[in-house]
Amino acid sequence: MIGANGGKDGALLTVEDLSVRFHTRTGIVDAVRNISFSVGREKVGIVGESGSGKTMTGRSVLRLIRPPGEITAKRMEFDGHDLLTLSEKQMRDIRGDRISMVMQDPKYSLNPVMTIGEQIAEAYRVHTGASFRDAKARAAEMLAAVKIRDPERVLSLYPHEVSGGMGQRIMIAMMLIPDPDLMIADEPTSALDVTVQMQVLAIIDDLVTQRGMGLMFVSHDLNLVASFCDRVIIMYAGQIVETCKASELDQAKHPYTRGLLNSLPRLDREPGPLPVLERQESWKTEPGVDAYFK
Amino acid sequence: MPISSEAGQMPLISVTDLDVRFGSDDEIVHAVRGVSFDVAEGETFGLVGESGSGKSTVLRAMSGLNADWTGSIEIGGTLLGRVRGKPFYKRVQMVFQDPYGSLHPRHTVDRILSEPCQIHRMSDIDDRVSDVLVAVGLGPTFRFRYPHQLSGGQRQRVAIARALILEPEILLLDEPTSALDVSVQAEILNLLQRLKQERGLTFVLVSHDLAVIAHMCDRLAVMNAGRIVEELTVAQLRASEPAEAYTRQLLKASLGYDRSAAAGMESFD
Ligand SMILES: Nc1ncnc2c1ncn2[C@@H]1O[C@H](COP(=O)(O)OP(=O)(O)OP(=O)(O)O)[C@@H](O)[C@H]1O
Ligand SMILES: Nc1ncnc2c1ncn2[C@@H]1O[C@H](COP(=O)(O)OP(=O)(O)OP(=O)(O)O)[C@@H](O)[C@H]1O
Ligand SMILES: [Mg+2]
Ligand SMILES: [Mg+2]
Repeated sequence: MIGANGGKDGALLTVEDLSVRFHTRTGIVDAVRNISFSVGREKVGIVGESGSGKTMTGRSVLRLIRPPGEITAKRMEFDGHDLLTLSEKQMRDIRGDRISMVMQDPKYSLNPVMTIGEQIAEAYRVHTGASFRDAKARAAEMLAAVKIRDPERVLSLYPHEVSGGMGQRIMIAMMLIPDPDLMIADEPTSALDVTVQMQVLAIIDDLVTQRGMGLMFVSHDLNLVASFCDRVIIMYAGQIVETCKASELDQAKHPYTRGLLNSLPRLDREPGPLPVLERQESWKTEPGVDAYFK
Repeated sequence: MPISSEAGQMPLISVTDLDVRFGSDDEIVHAVRGVSFDVAEGETFGLVGESGSGKSTVLRAMSGLNADWTGSIEIGGTLLGRVRGKPFYKRVQMVFQDPYGSLHPRHTVDRILSEPCQIHRMSDIDDRVSDVLVAVGLGPTFRFRYPHQLSGGQRQRVAIARALILEPEILLLDEPTSALDVSVQAEILNLLQRLKQERGLTFVLVSHDLAVIAHMCDRLAVMNAGRIVEELTVAQLRASEPAEAYTRQLLKASLGYDRSAAAGMESFD
C-alpha cells in the first residue's frame, strides 16, 4: 500500500515544512503552516474548509504565490528537481511541460480576447510544434474528449460566452496537452453536473492508472474524494490535521474531519438544520491523525 | 406547505414559454427552449441539469441581465419587460455562480455592500453593512478587505451579503455553494433557510448537487439541452422515482465516482 511518505515507486513530489505567509497592512496571515506531504503516481485528495490553505498549497508547488505572499520550505522536490532553487526560467519549463495546474477560477486563466479555439491551438502548437492547421483540428478532438457538445461551435466562442462547466472542461483539456507527470487540479469539476463530472474524472483517472501521472486533487466534495482518490489529506487553518485512505474517509477520526462529514446534506436524510462545525483552538496545536503511522 | 398552481393560488413567479437564443443568423445557439414553470410564494424551486443545459441562462433572463428573450415572465401577476428598473432589483436579487467575476476587484467589501444601498437611497448604511456581514458569518475584520484577499468561500459570502442587503423577496441563486467547502455550505444553506423563514423569501436555486436540492427545495425541474425534461417533487426524488432516464442517470452519478458507471453514461439529446 502507498504510505503517507510517498508512492510505492518513490514519490514524484516531496514537500517538507512548507509555509506560506502574507504580509498585509493588518498583520501577517499564515495561509499554510509547516506542512509535509508527498505525492506518488496516485490520486491524492486535499480537502478542508474554505480558507484552510488548499489553493495556496497547490500554487506553492508551482511557485505561483505573488508578493506580498512568501513561501518557505525545508524541502520541495519534484522528480529530482529542487523546486526551491530552480531559476524562474526553469520553473516556467516545469510548469509548461511537467506539472499542469487547473486553477480554481478557470475563466480567469483564459485570455478574454482570444477565442477558445485559438487558445487551445496555440497551447498545442507551442507544445508539439505542430502546424496551426493540425493544432486547430486537434483542438476540436480535445474538447470532444472532455464531453463538450458541438466542439466546433465552442472553439469559436470567447471565454465570457461559455458556461461555468464548459470553462472548467476547457481548462482540463488544455492542461492535458503536455501529458504532465503531475497534475494539480483545484476544484476542477465544481461547476460540472454529476454525469459530466464522472466522465471527465474517468479521463484523469485513466491517466493516473495507465500512464502513471500523479494527481493532487483539491476538492470540497468529500463523497467525491472518498470514491475517486487513493489517499486524502485534510487541512485546517493551514495545517494537515489528518491523512487517511480515501476508502476509509467515512471512518476518519479527527473531530474536524468528522464535523465536515456530518455537515453534508444527504438524499437519505430528511431536511432540518445541518450540523455545523464547532472549531476548537486546540486543533491548531495538537498533532494530527495519520492513519499510516498506526 | 408549498403548493403549485393547482390550488388556484396565484404563483409568485410564473415563467411561460421562455426562449433564449445567442448569436446571429448563421450561428444561432438555442440555449433555452420553451421553458415554463411556476413558483409559489415562500417556495424553493430547484433547477438541475447538465452543464450547458441553460440553467444560468434562465436565471439571467429572469433577473434582467439578458434582455434578449421571448415568452413571458411574471412576478406577482405583473408581466416583466426587457429592461428592469430600480424597484425590480429591490424585490429580486441574484447570486452568481462565479464568486470571482461578480465582485469588483478594486472595491473593498465595504464599498461592494454600501453601493447598492446608496443607489436605493437607503438609510443607516453603516449598520446595514455590519449587520449583513454578521448574518453571513464574516466578522468586522473583513469589511475593508479587497476580493483578492479573500478565499473562494469568503467571496461567496460577500456575494450573498450583497444580495441580502437590499432585503429582497426573491433570491435567484445560481450554484451558491458549489464553490464552497461543506462546512461553509452547511452554514450558508442554514443561513438561507433561516432568512427564508424569517423574511418569507422565495428562492429559485440552481445546483448540480442533488443532495443540496433535496435539502433545500420543495419541487425541482430537470433540464437537458435547453428544455425541462421533467418536473418532480423532492419526495419523488428522494424515493428515486424519476420518470425520465436522464434523471435516473443523474441520480446514479450523484452516488459518487465509479469508473465502470462512467463508461456507461449516455448523452441524451
Ligand atoms: N493576497 C492575500 N493576502 C492576505 N491573505 C490571503 C491572500 N490570499 C489568500 N489569503 C488567505 O490565505 C488563506 C488560505 O487561502 P486559500 O485560497 O489557500 O484557501 P482555500 O483552502 O483554497 O479556500 P477555498 O476552499 O475557499 O478556495 C485564507 O485565509 C485567505 O484569506
Ligand atoms: N453570451 C453567450 N453567448 C453565446 N452563447 C452563450 C452565452 N451564454 C450562454 N451561452 C450558451 O448557452 C448555453 C447554456 O449556457 P448556460 O450558462 O445557461 O448553461 P448552464 O446550464 O448554466 O451550465 P453550467 O452548469 O455549466 O453552469 C451553452 O451552450 C452556452 O455556451
Ligand atoms: Mg481554494
Ligand atoms: Mg450555469
